Amino acid sequence: MRAGPARDDALMPILLVDGLSHSYGKRQVLRSISLEIGAGESVALLGPNGSGKSTLLRLVAGLLTPTAGHVALAGSAAAAGRPEVGILFQESRLLPWRTVLRNVTLPLELAGESLPRARTTAEAALNSVGAGQLLERNPTEISGGERGRAALARALVRKPALLLLDEPFAALDAITRARLDDELPELVAGAATLLVTHDISEALLVADRVLMLGADGAIHLEVPGLRGLPSAGRRAALLSPDGAARQTRLHEALDAVSHA
Amino acid sequence: MRCRMRRLTQLTPVAVAALLLAAWELGVRAASVPQFVLPAPSTIAVRFAEAWADGTMLRHLVPTVTEVTVGGLLGGALGLLIGVTLGLSGAARRVVSPYLVAAQSTPILALGPVLVLWLGPGLAAKVAVCALITLFPVAISTLVAVRDVDAGTLELMRSLGATRWQSLRYARLPAARGGILAGARVAATLAVVGAIVGEWLGGSAGLGVLLNLARGSLFDTPLLFADLLQIAIVGVSAYGLVLFVERITSWKTA
Repeated sequence: MRAGPARDDALMPILLVDGLSHSYGKRQVLRSISLEIGAGESVALLGPNGSGKSTLLRLVAGLLTPTAGHVALAGSAAAAGRPEVGILFQESRLLPWRTVLRNVTLPLELAGESLPRARTTAEAALNSVGAGQLLERNPTEISGGERGRAALARALVRKPALLLLDEPFAALDAITRARLDDELPELVAGAATLLVTHDISEALLVADRVLMLGADGAIHLEVPGLRGLPSAGRRAALLSPDGAARQTRLHEALDAVSHA
Repeated sequence: MRCRMRRLTQLTPVAVAALLLAAWELGVRAASVPQFVLPAPSTIAVRFAEAWADGTMLRHLVPTVTEVTVGGLLGGALGLLIGVTLGLSGAARRVVSPYLVAAQSTPILALGPVLVLWLGPGLAAKVAVCALITLFPVAISTLVAVRDVDAGTLELMRSLGATRWQSLRYARLPAARGGILAGARVAATLAVVGAIVGEWLGGSAGLGVLLNLARGSLFDTPLLFADLLQIAIVGVSAYGLVLFVERITSWKTA
């Protein structure tokens, strides 16, 4: 487990987003976003629907090409499929024709690793996210929370330096979601994370910094998150006067940008 | 309770068949229908056994099964190849699809005489008819299934750095499996139709040739019906083979 946000200025940022804009046809969804994430740091991006949160993640992942601006991952331009990046999508996207274990070996198989080695690595990844009991299960037979863990193991199996999370637990029930939010900072095993969500408490629990993205496609506010605290204390801190004040600020900001 | 219900629904087709056969048998006997118009099921069964005993059935069965197998596999493989290519490439789809549809609207069976003209009355023409008739359902169902794979799955593959070929192998083909096999089910029964019609156009052996012999020169209606029964068995077996392939390639085993 790592302690606190690791914003060492001597280190090159793992992610550097510079003046990034994106339009779908005539509709501009992102406007000149700049953002830096250090190694091991966790940033949450809050914003109303349609503010371009998911678009930003896809640009960073190299799944979309920006209209303007620049994304650098560990010093070189973003491109789809780079092993430094893991993605957890809104849905688990587990392939129903593969067992859980073989879903997690998939990224390694695609990279040309032999199956026995991939299995060993994937088993370790599943164990580390608390899904070691699911190996030979079929994704259609397990619960939503278990699918979330399996998808997380798949995202982490190539040991990415940056993990992108696109409202990863939005489809889960409240209890399962809370539990995964509590565990997530420890589960990502030191990877830097960029989480997009419209859940304020999730953002505060999981991130070192919470950024507010407005409907105009620009960043409006930055609030420190609670991730640096030990896992047992984060929920309590969320409900403390200080935590409540942060939630209120974000609520008001979210309200303001939603109606801007 | 559910188990018993299932057993009951499984037995129903057998019971219905038994009832129909009994009615047929009794009807034919009661009305003294001449054997050359409609033989009784018992007569057909006896003739079926005789045809097997004297080697007639086997002699005609082997060429038909060969045509269905070779033609079906050839047509299925070509259909798969065409379907995958068109499913992957929008440009290829736009260029080739109209011809595919036009070809499918032309009764393949009408091409039979042309194929016999080109390939002769031997095995080749019949294999060609079988291949052509199976190609289209497999090509069309493969095209649709490969094209319409969930966009999220394809995005996942891209995010994992999959090449086009890897995406096809690891995502599109497994996802399209059900659609492709649905086309293969249709194709399996059509292959038998292709073989029989191909044999009508000429040839010395085959279940289709036997139909003509039984009806024309031999005037043996019980043999005609025994042959029909044999053709049905071939069709059901071809269909069953596809079901078997479906089962052994099922997701659970991956």
